Amino acid sequence: MDQLIRAIEMPYKKEWPKLAIGDHVKVITAVVEGGKEREQLFEGWVIAMSGSEGGRTFTVRKISHNAIGVEKIFPFSCPTVKSIKVVAHGKVRKAKLYYIRALKGKKARIKEKREIKK
Amino acid sequence: MKALIGKKIGMTMIYKDGIAVPVTVVKAGPCVVVQKKNDKTDGYNAIQIGFEDISSKHTNKPMEGHFKKAGIKSQRYLKEVRLDNIDDYKIGQVVDVSVFEEGELIDVSAKTKGKGFQGAVKRWNFRGHDRTHGTKYPRHGSTGMHTYPGRVLKGTKMAGHMGDVNRTILNLEVVKVDKDNSLLAVKGALPGARGSLVYLRTAVREGK
Repeated sequence: MDQLIRAIEMPYKKEWPKLAIGDHVKVITAVVEGGKEREQLFEGWVIAMSGSEGGRTFTVRKISHNAIGVEKIFPFSCPTVKSIKVVAHGKVRKAKLYYIRALKGKKARIKEKREIKK
Repeated sequence: MKALIGKKIGMTMIYKDGIAVPVTVVKAGPCVVVQKKNDKTDGYNAIQIGFEDISSKHTNKPMEGHFKKAGIKSQRYLKEVRLDNIDDYKIGQVVDVSVFEEGELIDVSAKTKGKGFQGAVKRWNFRGHDRTHGTKYPRHGSTGMHTYPGRVLKGTKMAGHMGDVNRTILNLEVVKVDKDNSLLAVKGALPGARGSLVYLRTAVREGK
């Protein structure tokens, strides 16, 4: 039965780079304003992923002006999501980084995961 | 009137003009016309459609004869569809999902999930009583009046068996038709559990 549901979802499936929790990402979405379409950038850290298959989403959190936290939930299969770019991987130990909402300033940073070059 | 028998597969989310639409996926048909009933011999016009081929091993003798007469394989499910004009259909004709178009409105009937014996609060949305101050649990209050009428009126809403009844949802939009897999994506939720039998037909009260 699941295969039949996947068959309906197929046309909306997109290929994206593999995201991980704590990743620093740049998401470009298409926004229609006044009849014209333009691109909008949202840059932040992936703090959560939920759902499965066609309903899978990821939450990106950024710190806006005046240190106000802004979160946006993007479905992976949403046609208005034009591109997802991973800038850096984060060094995190949890699957959901909701604790970061309560933190401010230097404590609210996510350490970058550096790969050891051989 | 266009009609199909199908099975509920499950729910998902698809996109239409950039907007997410909640849909239920239904495996509908292909159905086959088993019998035609006409005004002259039966008193009304209708076609009988069958869904899912089965081995004649699983059909009893009278039913086997019924399918043999039509010259088709035995069917697991049968359903009659009342029509004004049955000339468009031939016995043995296959009806599949392509009869429905995207954007069309349909009615869907199915048996709801059985909930067992339920209290009046869940079954009839009664408000119930306080959970504290000496009460046992939220339940319905009085069910009648006084010396007159001296009895509980028939049909009074009380606790009892809930669910497992036929329900029809009117005017659901067909969002997507997948002919290769004979699938329909219908906007919104449908009654019944996944895998249960559903009956789809053209909306009878469209625009009313």
